[in-house]
Amino acid sequence: MNKLNIWEQFMQQAEMRWQEVLEATSVHIQLVFFSMLIAIVLGIGLGILITRVPKLSTIVLGGAGIMQTIPSLALLGFMIPIFGIGVNTAIAALFLYSLLPIIRNTYTGIKDVNKATVEAAKGMGMTSLQVLIKVELPLAIPMIMAGVRTAAVINVGTATLAAFIGAGGLGDFIFLGITRGIDGLILLGAIPAALLAIILEIFFTYLERWTTPEGLK
Amino acid sequence: MLKFENVSKVYADGFKAVNSVNFDIPEGEFLVLIGPSGSGKSTTMKMINRMISHTSGTISIDGTDITKLNAAELRRNIGYVIQQIGLFPHYTIEKNIAIVPELKGWDKEKIKARVKELLTMVGLDPEVYSSRYPKELSGGQQQRVGVARALASNPRVILMDEPFGALDPITRDQLQGELLSLQRKLKKTIVFVTHDMDEALKLGDRIAIMRDGHLLQIDTPEKLLQEPASGFVEEFIGKDRIVQNPELMPVVSVMTEKVVTSYLHRSPEKALLMMRQQKITSLIILDDNDDTLVGIVSAYELIKKVNTIQSIEEIMLVPEYVLLDSATAKDAIVMMPNVRSGVIPVLSEAKKVVGLVTRGTLLTALSSQWTELEDLNE
Ligand SMILES: Nc1ncnc2c1ncn2[C@@H]1O[C@H](COP(=O)(O)OP(=O)(O)O)[C@@H](O)[C@H]1O
Ligand SMILES: [Mg+2]
Repeated sequence: MNKLNIWEQFMQQAEMRWQEVLEATSVHIQLVFFSMLIAIVLGIGLGILITRVPKLSTIVLGGAGIMQTIPSLALLGFMIPIFGIGVNTAIAALFLYSLLPIIRNTYTGIKDVNKATVEAAKGMGMTSLQVLIKVELPLAIPMIMAGVRTAAVINVGTATLAAFIGAGGLGDFIFLGITRGIDGLILLGAIPAALLAIILEIFFTYLERWTTPEGLK
Repeated sequence: MLKFENVSKVYADGFKAVNSVNFDIPEGEFLVLIGPSGSGKSTTMKMINRMISHTSGTISIDGTDITKLNAAELRRNIGYVIQQIGLFPHYTIEKNIAIVPELKGWDKEKIKARVKELLTMVGLDPEVYSSRYPKELSGGQQQRVGVARALASNPRVILMDEPFGALDPITRDQLQGELLSLQRKLKKTIVFVTHDMDEALKLGDRIAIMRDGHLLQIDTPEKLLQEPASGFVEEFIGKDRIVQNPELMPVVSVMTEKVVTSYLHRSPEKALLMMRQQKITSLIILDDNDDTLVGIVSAYELIKKVNTIQSIEEIMLVPEYVLLDSATAKDAIVMMPNVRSGVIPVLSEAKKVVGLVTRGTLLTALSSQWTELEDLNE
């Protein structure tokens, strides 16, 4: 094969594989979406729990912290014996990976709510659940959303590694490109992944602004 | 209605913050808890709505032991105002005031009307402020909302923990005055914590003095000043305050009861003669029909113009300033510089003139206080 520059390579590959790219993007989005969904539900839940049961906070935050320090590939590896090869493993690993920012921000978001506001809420006769739903969560929303955004952006990047364990996604092209030495193929995975991250970042920035209660803006 | 019997609080760390306190507050009383920082005032107050649970003794409201009540339910029926105000930043002013009525499940129309009524009551125009957020209000305005919020569901008992402590002195003075006049109207049972003795003396029907978790004395301001139960109480109040504080002196103690009155139809010559005989400088003119105040005639003006006027009405000043006999000497002092005639008529509830405050009567009254103070110090 004659030598093409990287751009020509990319165009050639794109022409050949654009349908595969669309499919892979769809798989990638699904990996991110489902792992984030579980991480948001569990992360916010755990975050709330540790504001109520302070004894658990070190364990939970420490545990989620350790998850994050495990190299992503290793974490994927650890998951294989449990979930086997494929999508489930990838989602489980991505979920664990996204947990810390969400738990941490939920926890600090609630903890940072003005003590006087909470005292007034209790003093007026709100139950603990009412204080949580009407006061603490609305006021912690900007912080929680920032945690979700951080997690989502990390998640998009980490999801490229899912290809290693046969879960598909945009990582497929990157690894194919590396093994075959075709730089253009690497770009075919990397560029859509980067775009996805940027779009998510923008989306969540808006969501954050939109969910911030009037009166705090 | 609110009763403490041998109430103590021992915190988890073993610290005894409140030590066997007894008192009984009748309905409608304004009780001020005062004492040095850490003396257990807030703890005592917060045990009433169970924000802090007492560890022994009994607290009862209308004879019901508060531990027998549901805590949230109890709190919904007790107004609560704290120094840091604690408005919900994500709620409009209207929603902030509506919190307790909403918890109690009032209907929307009733809540709306109530919010409007309350905002007006605390001196904030509902049109302007209902839809604002707390951060758009000054500290003083926020605490007005804090007070309105505490009054929202019309509770009989209101707890206030240094509510004006963080405000600047002028705003504080203003809000104290407004709270007093609100209280005269609403007759709530109020427990008010402060460490400011001036505030306590100004507001309290009775004042409870605390130190190291003990209740040292609970009495009316006058009684406290006259008969402090211990050296500490005396020192804490500051003996000077007793004789000096014009806020504590009723206006009737600085006025003259010598009021010479007349009706408008009296001729200028006769009026002057009357004033000369009675040795007075101001003549109070009353309405022919109902004897209410219509004006003041000054002797100086009358002497100058007696030959040129037909009727004393021509030189009569319509009093812009009057005081009720329930006012304090301080009210008179504050008002005096603005009074052109130099005379403030003091009126009874029935609008009858019962006395006059002039610069002269003020000076005499206050200087005799000073002399007493000098004697006391010798
Ligand atoms: N949660 C707590 N645990 C232990 N000690 C406390 C706690 N809260 C308050 N105290 C102590 O109880 C004492 C009385 O507190 P407080 O009632 O707030 O005083 P005040 O309102 O008169 O300043 C203080 O010495 C304070 O340090
Ligand atoms: Mg206190």
